Order: sequence, then structure tokens, then C-alpha cells
Amino acid sequence: MIDQAPVFIVIIPLLAALLLVFATPLGPRFAYGMLVTALAATLAAALATLNLVVAANQAVHYRMGDWLPPHGIELVIDHLSGVVLVLVAGCALLTAIYSLRTAEQDNPDRLNQYYSLFALLVTGLLGMVASGDLFNLYVLLEISALSSYGLLARGGGQAYYATFKYLIVGTIGACFYLLGVGYIYIMTGSLNMADLAVILSRPELQESVSVKIGFTLIILGIWIKMALFPLHAWLPNAYSKAGTTTACLVAPLMTKVSVYIMLRMMFTVFSADYIFNQIAWSELVIYLASAAAVVGMLAALAQRDLRKMLTYIIVAEIGYMTGGAWLANAAGFTGTTYHILADGLMTLCLFMAVGAIIYRTGETTKAAMVGIFQKMPITAVVLVIGAASIIGVPPTCGFFSKWYLIQGAAQAGAWVFVAALLIASLVAAVIFFRLLEVAFFGDLDAAPAAPEDGHGQGHGPAVARAEAPLSMLIPMMISAAGLIVLGIYTREVVSYFISWSIPAGF
Amino acid sequence: MFSPSFYQIAPVIAVCASLAAVPLIALSGSRPNLREFWTFLAAGVKFAMVFALAGWVLAGNVVEVELIRVLPELSIALRVDSFGMVFALVSSFLWMVAATYTIGYMRKLNEHAQTRFMVCFALSLCAAIGVAFSANLLTMYIFYEMLSLSTYPLVAHHQDKEGRAGARKYLAFLLGGSVGLVLPAMIVIFAITGTVNFADNINSGIIPADTGSTLVVILFFACLFGFAKNGIMPMHAWLPGAMVAPTPVSALLHAVAVVKVGVFCTIRVMLYVFGIDLMDDLNLGVITAYIVSFTIVTASIIALTKDNLKARLAYSTISQLSYIILGVALLAPAAIEGGIIHIANHAFSKITLFFCAGAIYVATHKKNISEMGGLGRVMPFTFGAFAVASLSMIGVPPVAGFITKWYLLVGALDAGQLGIILVLLASTLLNVAYFAPITYHAFFGKPPAGEVHGGGIKEAPLIMVLPILLAATISVILGFYPDIMMQFVKMVTS
Repeated sequence: MIDQAPVFIVIIPLLAALLLVFATPLGPRFAYGMLVTALAATLAAALATLNLVVAANQAVHYRMGDWLPPHGIELVIDHLSGVVLVLVAGCALLTAIYSLRTAEQDNPDRLNQYYSLFALLVTGLLGMVASGDLFNLYVLLEISALSSYGLLARGGGQAYYATFKYLIVGTIGACFYLLGVGYIYIMTGSLNMADLAVILSRPELQESVSVKIGFTLIILGIWIKMALFPLHAWLPNAYSKAGTTTACLVAPLMTKVSVYIMLRMMFTVFSADYIFNQIAWSELVIYLASAAAVVGMLAALAQRDLRKMLTYIIVAEIGYMTGGAWLANAAGFTGTTYHILADGLMTLCLFMAVGAIIYRTGETTKAAMVGIFQKMPITAVVLVIGAASIIGVPPTCGFFSKWYLIQGAAQAGAWVFVAALLIASLVAAVIFFRLLEVAFFGDLDAAPAAPEDGHGQGHGPAVARAEAPLSMLIPMMISAAGLIVLGIYTREVVSYFISWSIPAGF
Repeated sequence: MFSPSFYQIAPVIAVCASLAAVPLIALSGSRPNLREFWTFLAAGVKFAMVFALAGWVLAGNVVEVELIRVLPELSIALRVDSFGMVFALVSSFLWMVAATYTIGYMRKLNEHAQTRFMVCFALSLCAAIGVAFSANLLTMYIFYEMLSLSTYPLVAHHQDKEGRAGARKYLAFLLGGSVGLVLPAMIVIFAITGTVNFADNINSGIIPADTGSTLVVILFFACLFGFAKNGIMPMHAWLPGAMVAPTPVSALLHAVAVVKVGVFCTIRVMLYVFGIDLMDDLNLGVITAYIVSFTIVTASIIALTKDNLKARLAYSTISQLSYIILGVALLAPAAIEGGIIHIANHAFSKITLFFCAGAIYVATHKKNISEMGGLGRVMPFTFGAFAVASLSMIGVPPVAGFITKWYLLVGALDAGQLGIILVLLASTLLNVAYFAPITYHAFFGKPPAGEVHGGGIKEAPLIMVLPILLAATISVILGFYPDIMMQFVKMVTS
């Protein structure tokens, strides 16, 4: 039974998505319970699979229906995909728990359909991570993309327009990817990743221009999907106009899974040796990544809307991870993979905290933050921990991913990237301290200070306590605690999971 | 003497005592006396632990405790050695003194948010002792950042425009320096050496001999300016801005804990990461000595122009901090000893001066020196202590500051730096020029026109005057018996 765990990771949420539609008459509570149960089971399957991988100390291959690769569908789960699966399933479960109030608020009429798309998106994301086949990956990419279009369009205001833009751009990205896969298939006759790795190492294919074009197209497609600057324009609007639950699900996971796919393409299908010796443009990526980090953070600084600010931070974080992957050394790779986990958690933490604040205050700008420490103390602490992690304050995990990334950049002599990381951290500090100052001391510009008592110390009016509901608080607190636990157990995470995936030659 | 296992746990207790007190202080906000009891309990436990460790360190031991191993080659660890002990003794002792004073000050002025104030105070002391007992750069960096963040609400305490602007500037300089310069320097050091643990002695450092000299010079200056709490120009601008904080904050944090943490970190890195040999080879010591000489003289000249007493003290602090770094930068044993012992000497004298400024404010609500004419006659204890402490700043025997000047001059002669001797003389004259008039004016000057110091003004409450007198007395005792601290300092250089 336990050997079957890999397939359950994909099957459980898929079945849940189907059944949720038929369960509409049973009411919203049943749908919520079903989604949470299904995702909890998925998380258990992901953990069991990770356990299998760690126990065997090698990748677990699951052949669907016992068809042999390269013809059958194969799930391949190694140390890296094992932890990413746990991350995806865990974040999805936390978001599902969190959705009790907000999902109903955002979708009063079609909750079951909404939850069904939710489960389908999770299926797609998990499938992409587990897949060992380029074409299956494309199918799952489209499944997750299509369901995310549906989810995002459920938001208010300009969500339709923003989602339509995302749909166009996202489809172009998927097309680039598919075109690239086509090139590779023509040249090699295979779509299985492990099989491809062997075939592509032949000298004649190493030199082949077609393969180079195929690789370039695949990477371009993935970059569009993960919103690497300057291909990021679709992301901020699409994510910030979405409903609260959708944002919490989509924002941390979709881009992170895209980064994971980039790593798979780079180091499993192709190889470090191929990329850094054969691909002429590979040296330029680090500059693109540096620009993404700085531009993303500066754009975040300029935002008034809280969630839009967070989406630009994602753009910057994508820059961090891309840079780390293209540093071509072990520390950079470790930094990127560790940051997939760290950034997934901290984005989730921040989106949930900001979502709770918006839910309680009804404001979406800095005004929502006034007096949050008195109003919603627990949410405020969660927000502080998330912010600390984005800024890179030890002992949160954000510090250690930056540590690895800067170490890798220093070893590679990529000083531009070091500077970009530091500038981005400092700008992030400004972004969050501006908010926390208002949250802690109130806003001087918006409201005149309370009566002064002799030497200029305003005592704000007492603010009523209005903490977020428990269904929001619990997942928020878990994610915030996760940031610190992940930080403290960095050594274990790196040596048990990440160090096994460091590509040969680093 | 206790069992050796006690000394393994003592540093952890010393660091965490005030951290453990934080929830207790926060929860007893409605009962001020209970809240203050927790502060004193934590301060007492902390000092007792540091004191017990001091004896153990004097016996020639070094305690090392590993707390968490975060990366395979990187851990959060504590180490108690003689250099850290100097700073730990001073700051843990002065916390008790300052806590007494703070209670008097905050209650007399009926300040708001006293609980938040005491919580942040306790957190910052945890960070200060953490820095003193850090075994490696990472641990030191973490506590350094913790200190910046936990003192931010203290600086912004008044919550008005001025307070927030000062606090913003404070964070901008401190975080800018630490994240922008120290963090990358630390990671590069880790990348080239594979470790961030401090060396066992002050000569060798941890940088491998084959490292390119350009890189070493860049790393060195990144650390020198990155630890912006040390107040070296041009990274000093936060310090006068942070003086908007209530006076006990200025006293403990901006005369003792915060600025001394900056200086301590700078010296720790100079001596235990780069090492004397490497600094000597690359002439880094001499360059640093002249950089800080500029700060010493310039800050003193600016101090002359300030009429606000706290602003003048702030610039005096900037100048005096650079004495400490100057001593170490000269690289001669006597100069290093003079620099390090100034951590203690300056702490006791400067905290006296700030306490006096606060006492004057509480008693008279006056901030400017020009308004203080004749005040010495109605507040004799406060201004008497002020006079003693300013003598220490100037370097007159037998007050503690003289010991510093003596060792620095001897060290400068040993190092053959005649230019530095001129700097020391010039700064002494400047010190006289900006401190002497305050005392003279207070005792012999006339009150400002239209004011009579009759029965209206009297000394600040006893709970404030006692700490002032205690700190001033210790300044004198350290002048008579410099060995109290010097025995630890000698262990650093031997």
C-alpha cells in the first residue's frame, strides 16, 4: 500500500475535484470538509512518498498501469521533488483550512465549483512536480493554468480583464514550452526525462542547433510562466485582483513550481555542463535575475495596494531563485532550491496575514495597517515574522537562503548579483518598516495626533480588539512557525534533501 | 568556584535572563511594581552569572557553548573570553544602575507605554550580552540585528514626527550598514575561509594568507563602516538623531549598550578575524587610525557648537568611541589596552553625564546649556557628578579617563605615530572647551534673565540621584584602581 503513495498524491485531489462538483446539494460545509480531508490525505501521501525516497536514498519511480518508460506514464520522485511535493500539498492544505470564511464570501453562489477548481489546480501543480515526462508535464501545466484562470477570474473588479491578459500571456508561455518540447522530440525521439538525459549527452546532440533552440524555447516558456522580469507584467494584476483564497493558493505555489520545472529542465533533462558550456546566452541570465530582484522590489516599494506590493515582491524573489540556479555552483543551487521552500512558505504567510487584515478592515492600502498591533496582535506578529523572512532577518529561513545565494554569487564572482540581493533586502526592509511603523504607532499623516500631554507623546484612542477568525489564525500561525522552524533546521533540510539533488559537476 | 558544567550553562542564562523576563514584564503591565521587580530580578541574575563567569575567565578559562548548528559548517554558539567579559561586566552592571534610574525618570515624567519600554529595554540587554559572548560572526551578527530592532521602539518612543524621523534614520543607518556591508562581508569571509569562528588570539586572524590584498582591504572597510553603531564618520548621523529618545535610553543604549556594541563588534572583527599581523602587513591599522582621528576631531568641533546638552553629549560620544577604535588601530599592545579599557571607562563616565542631563530635565524641564546658568547651586549633587564625569572625558587624573589617555599616548609613542599624539592633544583641548564651560556656568554663572532659582527647583528624586552618584563614584574608583578592568584587558593582549 505504502508503495502506491506516489500515485495517491495526484489521484486524491483529482478525485476530490470531480466529486466536489457532484456534492453541491450537500452544502458548503460538506464541500469545505471534503476539500480539507482530501488535501490532508494528499499531504499524508506526499509525506509517505518523501519517507520512501529518504529510506531508499534514491528516486522512487512509479509506472502508471505498469507501462514501461519511455512509452508509459512515469512519476519520478527524488529528494528534490519529494520536498517540493510536501511544500505544495502543505501550502494547499493550509490555504484550504484558511478558506472557511473567505471562499464563501468571494463565491456565495458557486462554492463547490470553486473548490473543484481549487483541487484541480493542486492536482496540476503536484502532477508537474511528480512527472517524469516532458509531455505529461505540459498537460499538467495546462490543467493547472486553466484552473487558475477560472479561480483568478472569480475575483472582483478588474479581475476579468487581468485574468484575460494572464490567459493570453500564459498560453503563449505554454506554447513556447510545447514548441521546445517538439524540437527536442524530433531530435531525440523521446519524452521521458531520464531517457532524454542519456540521449542528449551524445556529442552530436550537444552541438546541435535544433536542441539549443529547443532548450531556449522551453526555458523562455517557463520564464513567462514564472514571471521572470521583464516577462512578469501579467502577474501583479492577475494575482492582486483575485479573491483572498485564490491569491493565497496561487501566489506562493504557481511561480515556485515553475522554478522547480526550470531546475528540472536545466539539471535533469539537460546538464550543467551543457548549459554553461554550450548555451551562449547562459552568462547573461545572472544580469536578468539581478535586474528582476531590484526592479521587483522597487516596484513593490511604489505600490499602495498591499497585495499588489506582495505580488511585486514575488517578482523580485523569482529573480533571486533564477540567479541562484544560473550561478553554476553548489551554493547557488542549494540557495535556489532552499528558497523554493522558504519563499513558498513566506509568501503564503504574508498573503494569509494581509488577507486576514483586509478581511477585517475592508481596506486594501496602508490605511488597513493602522493600529494593527492593537487590533489584531496575532496577525500582526505573523506579518512581522513573514516580513522578517523576506528581509532576511535571522533566524527565519529567508536569512539562510540569502546566505547560500550570496555565498554562491561570491564564489562565482557574480558581484552584480550580490549587490542586487543586498539592495533588494534593504528595499524590502524599507517596504515593511513603513507598514509596521503605521501598524505600531498609528498614522500621523492620516489622522491628527491625539491630545498631547506636555512633551509631544500622543496616546492614540484605544482600538477595539478584532482578531481574525480561528480558521484563519491557525494556518497563519503554522506558516509563521514554519518559517522559523525551517530556518533553525536549515542544516537538516539541506543535508537530507537538497544536497542529494546537487547536479554533477558542481 | 562552581563545577565546570555550571560554566557551560551560565553564559546561556546570562544571555537569556532578560529574554525570559520579557513575557513576565509584558504580562504584568498593569502592576508597575511587579513589572519592575521582574526587570531587577533579570538584571540581578544576569549580573550574577556574568560575575561568576568573570572569576572563571580570570582563572584562564574560555567557555564555549554551541546552541544550534544551522548549516553544516555554521553554528550559533557562545564563547566567553576576557575581551567579551570586559563588555559584559560593564553592560550587565550598568543595566541594574540604569534600571533604577529609568524607573525614577519614567514615573516622575509619567511617560506613556512604560511596559513596552521595559520590554524593549530587556530585549536590548539580551542582545548586548549576546554580542559580548558570541563565538562567531554569525552569532554576533544575529544579536547585533536584534539590538537594532529591539531599540527601534525605544528611539521612536515619543511617537511624534521628530521621534519617528529619528527612529527611521536610526534604522536606515544601522540596517543599511549591517545588511549592506557586514552581511556580504561575512558571507565572503565564509566563502574564502570556510568558517566564521573567531580566532583564539589577536595575532593570526582567520583570513588565509593567500587571499588577495584588495579583497581583504574591501572586507575590512566593509566591517569598519558596516558596524554603523560605532559612530565612525560618515556613518555617525543616526546618533544625534536618536537622541530624541527618552534620556534613560540615551544613557544606557547610546552611551553604553548600542554604541559599545558597535565598537565591540568592530574590534572583535579587527583583532579576531583579520588579526594584528594581517592588519600590519597591509597598513590597515594606520589608515584606520587616521580615519577615526578625523572623527575624533570633527565630532569634538561639532560638539562645541551644540547648545542642546544631549546633542553635545551625543557628539562627545561619537568622538570618544573613536578613541577606542584608535587604540586598537595603532596595533601596539599598550594602545590596544588603552582602547579596550576605554569601553569601561567611557561607559561609566558617559552614563553619568546622560543621567545628569535627564535629572536636569526632570527637575527643570531644561534641555539647553545656555539655560543652565546657576543651576549647580540648586542641584549640587547632579552637577558635582557631572563635573567628575567631564573630568574623566577630558582625561584628568585621578578619574578613569586619564588611564585611557595614558595608555593611548604610550601606545602611540610605541607605534611611532606622532601625528596621533597631536590628535590626542587637540581632542583633549577640545574636550576641555566643550565640557568645562557647562560646569563653570552651572556653579558660577547667573540664571537666565527673568528667572530666579529659588525654592521652585530642587534635585531630581533620590531614585535618580543615587544612580548618578554611583556611576560617578565608579568612574573615580576605576581611575584609582584601573586593574579591576585591566586584568581582563591584559589577558586579551598577552
